[in-house]
Amino acid sequence: MLLNQFLLLAAILFSVGVYGVIVRKNGVLVLMSVELILNAVNINLIAFSTYWGLGGQVFALFVIAVAAAEVGVGLAIVLLIYRNRRSVDIDQLDELKG
Amino acid sequence: MWFFTHVWILPAVMAGSFLLILLFGKRLPFKGAEVGITAVSICLLFALATAFNWATWGADSPKVSESAPAEEIESVEVAALAEVPSECSNVVAGLRGGEGGSQAEASPPAGGGASTGEGAAPDTAGTQGAGPGTGETATGAVPAAVAAGGGGEETVTRPVVRCTTWIESSTALITWGTQIDGLSVMMIVIVTIISLLVHVFSTDYVNGDRRYTHYFAFLSLFTGSMLFFVLSQSTLQMIVGWELVGVCSFALIGHWWEEKPNSDAALKAFLTNRVGDVGLLVGMIILFFAAGQSFSIMDVNILAQQGEIRHVVLLAASICLITAVMSKSGQFILHTWLPDAMAGPTPVSALIHAATMVVAGIFMVARLYPVFFEGLSIAGSSVNLLAVVGAVTALFGAMLAFVQKDIKKVLAYSTVSQLGFMVTSLGVGAWTAAMFHLFTHAFFKACLFLGAGSLSHACHHSFNMVDDMGGLRKIMPKTFWTYLIATAALAGIFPLSGFWSKDEILAGTGSFPGTSGANGEYHVMLVMLLLAAFCTAAYMTRTIWYAFFGEYRGHGHPHESGPRITVPLILLATLGAIVGFLNLPAAFDFLPAGTLTRFEKYVEPIGLYFPSITHASFNPVLAVLSVAIGLSGIVVAYLYYWKGAFKGLHGLSERNALAGWGKNVLVNKYYFDWLYTTVIVGFVKGPLARASDWFNQNVLDGIVNGVGRGAVKVGDFVYDDIDQRVVDGAVNGVGAAASGSGGVLRHLQTGRIQQYTALFFAAAAVLAGVFILIVG
Repeated sequence: MLLNQFLLLAAILFSVGVYGVIVRKNGVLVLMSVELILNAVNINLIAFSTYWGLGGQVFALFVIAVAAAEVGVGLAIVLLIYRNRRSVDIDQLDELKG
Repeated sequence: MWFFTHVWILPAVMAGSFLLILLFGKRLPFKGAEVGITAVSICLLFALATAFNWATWGADSPKVSESAPAEEIESVEVAALAEVPSECSNVVAGLRGGEGGSQAEASPPAGGGASTGEGAAPDTAGTQGAGPGTGETATGAVPAAVAAGGGGEETVTRPVVRCTTWIESSTALITWGTQIDGLSVMMIVIVTIISLLVHVFSTDYVNGDRRYTHYFAFLSLFTGSMLFFVLSQSTLQMIVGWELVGVCSFALIGHWWEEKPNSDAALKAFLTNRVGDVGLLVGMIILFFAAGQSFSIMDVNILAQQGEIRHVVLLAASICLITAVMSKSGQFILHTWLPDAMAGPTPVSALIHAATMVVAGIFMVARLYPVFFEGLSIAGSSVNLLAVVGAVTALFGAMLAFVQKDIKKVLAYSTVSQLGFMVTSLGVGAWTAAMFHLFTHAFFKACLFLGAGSLSHACHHSFNMVDDMGGLRKIMPKTFWTYLIATAALAGIFPLSGFWSKDEILAGTGSFPGTSGANGEYHVMLVMLLLAAFCTAAYMTRTIWYAFFGEYRGHGHPHESGPRITVPLILLATLGAIVGFLNLPAAFDFLPAGTLTRFEKYVEPIGLYFPSITHASFNPVLAVLSVAIGLSGIVVAYLYYWKGAFKGLHGLSERNALAGWGKNVLVNKYYFDWLYTTVIVGFVKGPLARASDWFNQNVLDGIVNGVGRGAVKVGDFVYDDIDQRVVDGAVNGVGAAASGSGGVLRHLQTGRIQQYTALFFAAAAVLAGVFILIVG
């Protein structure tokens, strides 16, 4: 029973994150949404670790470390975009248009 | 042992040196000479190490009592071939297989010999015909060897062969690799020693030449080719090495090709050699089929030696190969290129005449000696083609040397004549004497050529000793003394090296009274060789007179050459003086046994792949006679030139018609060049050329034109119908499809990451739905 509630929470968090990634125009908010997705996954991992051993928790730690690195790089990219364009609106970043 | 299996490094090092000099030589501080000298020095050290290893290797070789039964001797001889891998020689593999069987069954000797051969024998008719003979040869030769050697045991040579697959077809496995035995070890030592000294000499001699780097590159390639040739494991590899040597000599003879005579001489050398190469090719092909479709030298030699190949096949092969020897080793009647080859730089002449090009022919005969020994029935006869060619060359070449003004041409004819000695020696069965003469001749002839180079270096690059030299004895003492020693060695004066080797050859003819143990009785050869020896001593004295005595007749002030020229001269003269002691006759039993017949012990193979030749005993009378003949030649020339004796002979050719005619014949080199250029080439140019032109115009062109027209029609059809419609249609269709689909799909790529993400998640959701529907 307990597991279901965790999974539900994770699913909600994940959906909120995906929604944020898809619709927000502000680059920083997109990054924050990505964090939501990652943390949804973390909740899943830890919830399952109750049943299948500590591997899930170890992976969660990995995800946190990788997420920190990802945010570092992501924020640096956003900062550079801001410096170049005086804006972090990612709708305008469509120079790879085919 | 390591040296024997890695001897392929030698040609590889020289080939690497060639490429290095060719590609980077001009940018190096010494223009590439240092690369060549380093490479040859490495090879020399390697060769010397190999020679020392060979000596110790020989000490461990199996010994067999000569009175043992033939079967036991053969089993030891097969065991001695342990270092011949089966993939390198089918015959050895067959012998090994057969040997185990025959030991177990203890079959009778003659039958055992035949059955061991049958596994690999290609020609069953030949096997049956020669089978009983095999046993006879083996047993019959043993008592003779006892009589000649005087010992109860013989040491069986253990050759070391390594090979790798070159070409593999369904019927034949063609290998190439290295074969190490006394012969090839001796050759690599000679080649590397002479080559190193020639390299050092050249740094001074061709200093400042416009193609200095190119010259050293080809010296490297020349040395490498010769090493490749003498280490050959298969006859096909020999052909490759043979041709490589020919190409290098072509390039080096024509080194100064801007002058027409030089490039003509290079072409002449190359084309004359091509004539002989046809013989080589045909001979090797005959041997290939005779040896059961094998190019392996070991196969050819063992089968020829055991009588598994029919006599007439061997005879045909040896006659073809003798043609090749005639061209490569300057034997009558294809010797005409050799004196013209003097157009090349002198160090190259030294290399060609001492170590590389011309001894290739001698080496080839020595390497395939069973073919000649059996094919020409050398043992027990008194005349054969090889001996005749050699003896005629020895005598007539020596006579030609008398009328030359050019000192290098005298030496060239001297080489022709000395090569004649070697070929005669091979022809009469004195294999070891021939190889020993090759060995000693390499040193003193290289010394003579480099001495001539030193003279010309001093005399403004003229080789005309009659008009431009003279009196150089005081000015160039080092050149003079080295030249004198080498001349004495060439004339066969005791105790210099030429004496020992020439005496062995003379004894080897077996016709001199009181000489025992020779393979046959070649009376005519002995007389011709003695006459040639007389001429040799006389014409060499003549060159000394013109070059070193009298008044200086050239212009300018000659000077002694620098150390890079004189040091090689001194080394070569020293070696030319002393190497004769390497093969003191067995008759000198008052000396320690370890000092006698060393050369014979280490170089001459004993075993299944070499005929059991016998050695003529040392004959003191003959030795004294040969020295006396040499001395008398010197004395006659001395009296004629120094003392003005034989007054009647001076200017005889102007006064006496017969003598004038004789001199004309000699000056025109027996009209061989006239024969080739006017008669043969004229015929080819005239009627034969017209006939072939007609044939070419009417028959060949008709066929070619017809084929051409047909090809055009086929081509038109292919172009219009197949290429334009089918192939191009398909290609264009694919292109248009890709372009169209691209035009549609490009709208998907908006450049907005969020749309991509949306698509991504949508697709993931759909896939998840599908997954749940199907799995869950």
